[in-house]
Order: sequence, then C-alpha cells, then structure tokens
Amino acid sequence: MNWISNYVRPKINSLFSRRETPDNLWTKCDECSTMLFHRELADNLNVCVNCGHHMNITPRERFASLFDGGTFAEFEAKAPIADPLKFRDQKKYPDRLKAAQKKTGEKDAMLLGYGDLGRTKVVMAAQDFGFMGGSMGMAVGNAIIAACEHAVNMKCPLILFSAAGGARMQEGILSLMQMPRTTVALQMLKEKNLPFIVVLTHPTTGGVTASYAMLGDVHIAEPNALIGFAGARVIEQTIREKLPEGFQRAEYLLDHGMLDRVTKRQDMRDELISIVRMLMKLPPAIAADLEPPAKIEDKTKKSEVAKK
Amino acid sequence: MQNYLEFEKPLAEIEGKAAELRAIASQSEDEMNVEKEAGALDKKAQTILVDLYKNLTPWRKCQVARHPDRPHCKDYIENLFTEYTPLQGDRVFGDDTAVMGGLARFDDQPVVVMGQEKGNDTTSRLHHNFGMARPEGYRKAIRLMDMADRFGLPVVTLVDTPGAFPGRGAEERGQSEAIARSTEKCLQIGVPLVSCIIGEGGSGGAVAFATADRLLMLEHSVYSVISPEGCASILWKDAEKMREAAEALRLTAQDLVKLGVADTVIPEPLGGAQRDREQTFVAVKDAIASSLKELSGKKPKQLIKERRQKFLDIGSKTLA
Ligand SMILES: [Zn+2]
Repeated sequence: MNWISNYVRPKINSLFSRRETPDNLWTKCDECSTMLFHRELADNLNVCVNCGHHMNITPRERFASLFDGGTFAEFEAKAPIADPLKFRDQKKYPDRLKAAQKKTGEKDAMLLGYGDLGRTKVVMAAQDFGFMGGSMGMAVGNAIIAACEHAVNMKCPLILFSAAGGARMQEGILSLMQMPRTTVALQMLKEKNLPFIVVLTHPTTGGVTASYAMLGDVHIAEPNALIGFAGARVIEQTIREKLPEGFQRAEYLLDHGMLDRVTKRQDMRDELISIVRMLMKLPPAIAADLEPPAKIEDKTKKSEVAKK
Repeated sequence: MQNYLEFEKPLAEIEGKAAELRAIASQSEDEMNVEKEAGALDKKAQTILVDLYKNLTPWRKCQVARHPDRPHCKDYIENLFTEYTPLQGDRVFGDDTAVMGGLARFDDQPVVVMGQEKGNDTTSRLHHNFGMARPEGYRKAIRLMDMADRFGLPVVTLVDTPGAFPGRGAEERGQSEAIARSTEKCLQIGVPLVSCIIGEGGSGGAVAFATADRLLMLEHSVYSVISPEGCASILWKDAEKMREAAEALRLTAQDLVKLGVADTVIPEPLGGAQRDREQTFVAVKDAIASSLKELSGKKPKQLIKERRQKFLDIGSKTLA
C-alpha cells in the first residue's frame, strides 16, 4: 500500500543546517552560563552538558532526533485565510508573520511529520516556540486537525510536542476558537482508540494548555518546563502573595497530578517507543534492531521519505 | 442610584439635573411645577443617549458589557426560568461560587442552566469571585452537562466572566485541565446546547461554557481571546492603548456574527441592558426559545456531528 496516495505528496524534507561561523560555534547556557561547543550541544540534543538545562530545539531538529534514521515525511495542513482581522498593533500582523517565517524558515508554528519511531508508525506534531512564541492561531489549529486526520487514516498514534505562550492575539477570536477546533479533532482520534501522547515542553501556557495539551492519554513533560494557564505575574498581582519555588514547573505539576512523567530529552525516544508500542499492543521493540535517529546537526545526510 | 460609565458623563449631568429639579419641586411647600423644565431635560438626555449608543466603539462596548448594573446570570435565571434548583459541587474538591447552575424549567421544559455570576455589590462580588471560575467551577459544569446528557435535557449556559481565576490553588488543582475537559464535554453531549453571552466572554474561561450549538450574544456583549487591557500591555507595551486593542481584536457581537463565531445578536434596550431589564429578559428568552426550537427533535448523534462541524468550519468566513 502506498500511503502517500492518501495525501498531498509530502515534501522530501532536508535537515536543518546552520552555517559554521565563529559566532555560533559557542552557545551560552541560560541557566549555568557555561559556554557550550555547538557540536557537543547538538549531540546532547540542546541539553546543557553541564547542568542539564533543556534549551529550545526546533521541530525539525526534534523530529530528526526521534524518527528512525532521522527520516520522516512532512505533510502540511490547509493554509488558513491570511490575516482575517486585518490586525495591526505597532506592526501589521502580516509583517510579524513574514519576519517569523524568515527567521525560522517555516510557514507557521507547527511542523507535522509521519514516519517510523522504533519501527512503529506515528504522526508527530511539534510546535515551534521560535515562531511568534509558538502561538496558536488558525494555522496551528489546522495543523492539529490535519495531524489527527492523518493519524486516523494511518491508524497510528499522534505524538504532539507543545510549546507556546498561548493563543495568537493577532487572530482575535479565531485564535480562541482553536481550543474547541483542536478538541474536535482529538475526539476523532480518540473515537478510533488511537493514542494521543502530549509532550509538554518549555513553555506551554494559556489557551494551549487549556485545550489539546491537557487532553492527552499520556502527559510527559521535559524537565523544568514552564506549564500553566495564567502567567505567574498576573497571579502574584491578583492574590498578592509570592508564589512558591518551582511553581508551574514540570516537576511541580507532576507533584500536583497534572502529568504522568517528567522525562529528559535524551530518554524521550526510548520512552515514547515503549509507550506507543504498548498502547498499540505491539511486541517490545528490540533496541539492537533499531535504526538510530539522526544527529540534529548532521549536514551530510539528506533525509528521505521513510521506506518500509 | 444609577451608575454611569465614563463616556456617559454628559448624560449623567443632564439626567442628574432633571432628577434634582424634581426632587426640589416635590419638597417645596407649594409643590412647584417643574415638569416643563424637567421634561426638556429628559428630552435632551434622550438625544444624548441615542447619540452615545448609535455607534458604540468596541472599547465602549466592553465597558457596557461590564456595567455594574447590567443584569447578571442570577437575574436571568430568576426571570427566564422557573423551579430553579441549584446543584452544587464538583464531587472532587469543593463548590465554586463563581459558577451557578442546576435544574430549572424553561417554558415548562426541564433543562440544565448554568453560568458565571459576577455579583452586584461588594459582598456578592467577593462571594462569586467576580465571576472568575476555579477548576471546581468547570468540573461542576462538566458534571451538570453529563447529567443533562444522561437525562436528555437541553443545556442553556449564560456566559459572563472576565476569565478563569488566575490563582495559585486554581493552577495547582488543574485550571487548564478543567477548562479543556469542560470544552471537550460541550462537544460530547448529545443534547441541545445553547449559550448566550450576556456580558463578558473572557477567553478560555468563556470557551469552556460557550462551545455550543448556538451562540447568542447580547448587542453590547463581547467575546475575546484576551481583554483589551491585556492585549494592549502585551502588543502595544502600554495598557492605556486598550481602545486600539479593543478595535483590533474584533470582539463585538456584530463582528463575531460576521466571522461565523456567533449566530445571533440579541438587541438591547437603548442605553444597554441595564436601562430596561424587563425588555432585555424578554428578548433573551425569545432568542433562547427559538434556538431550542430549532434544535429540538435532532438525534444526539446529529447534534454532536453538527456541533463539531460548526467549529471545524470556523475560519472560513472573513469580516468582509
Ligand atoms: Zn547549563
């Protein structure tokens, strides 16, 4: 069966490549200020080798680090009407969008991929905090709907990596409507008894947390990720008291029963493989058999559509 | 004592003068006849009122939507429903007094009615937490919707909230999860769900109640992803730019109908719902009745299917 026939032909994706200028050979850890050599950092999936701080990772880098052989088929959602409100604050919304597109090389804040994870077919969706704060607008909503539809068509699990400050204000009420829209999409998935795994990454707040990010069968978070509905400053102003140490951090939410697990990025792949295979009632994956994922800065290898 | 909004100042002055004149006349020994003068002031006040409300800016609509004298959830329940029987508690942690709801009859038909109550004086505002729900409020809503679904009762929600409560305990007890589950429940029940935004539809806290088959909005109600003040302070870096933000957000009932988010605008009396409560109750009751009538007779599966499709379709309409 050729699954591509079900969809618009996916683009063969190419791995992200950074130019090696002396400027970006070193990255300073936001937490411990250690200067980290870029190769070392990339090998460690953008996790500080000194203090374990999880830095931002692009959706493409994340997919490369998870899918078998780093290869996946990218697919796209229907493009929404551009700038439906003709929104303008200090800048025009289309200008903000263009700037974000130029900065990230992506069309919007959610990347979709289909492929093998530990030889298990999965759809993955990853939100890009670097794209207008990952904000949820029509494009993100359409992407989640497309991800659910694809998972239903392929009868496979959906793994979603959330990262957003909340809804995209420049789309007004239409951004808010992504809360019910994405919920409808998830219901289609759940009615087919297909797993929905949410990995909450730093930060996941506002309307994103109050919709799809809290509707998973399993909730995993990356260490120290900020997760919540209201912003800490708003809360402090409202209740006039200092918030406790670690408030709204992944470990805090784990303690309060909102998450199943807090898992390091380096362990995420094995854990996801294990969970989705059990939920899909598949035999255990034999690690020695598996093709390892790609290194996230591997420039020599062009990924291609997963063959199986 | 009537409360006036800032932009109603010219109106307050004239109406105040007329009231003062009548008060003086009634207290004077020979019962001075001032009706001619007072009547002239009334007429002038009416002209100002018409003028002020002819083209309310979005920011002014936000103010009217938050008017302290505006009828609130409790008033609608008392005036539109009979046999209201409040049901309380989330069966997990507590009862959230920001959310009221229970069984009632609407034109003799048993229904589940619920909504956020803001309160109308300092004591009741504090009691109802200004209509800002905690997780227990959303979980109570979920419970009531489940009950409605089980017994085949239509659900009517009355939405009036600045948003979900930003508090420590609310976060610790899963505010996000509670809102997400309430929205999900709205999309799962096989009974008619009619929602009316009577004042402020504030962000996710409103979505959890307003994800309905039919969304009715009072003429001067608003529904928005963020408050104009919040939006101004983030995007303009200046909370004083709320007028610009209110304009840009397109949060009025009129714009939301164009965008396919709301279905019906319910006209308000001149000067807002608070100026003629009875007229407002009649208009809201009629609108809810006709929505329920449209939905009656639909099978559960059909209701759910159409409700879901309605939300999937949002985004295909523009303001033009
Ligand atoms: Zn570090």
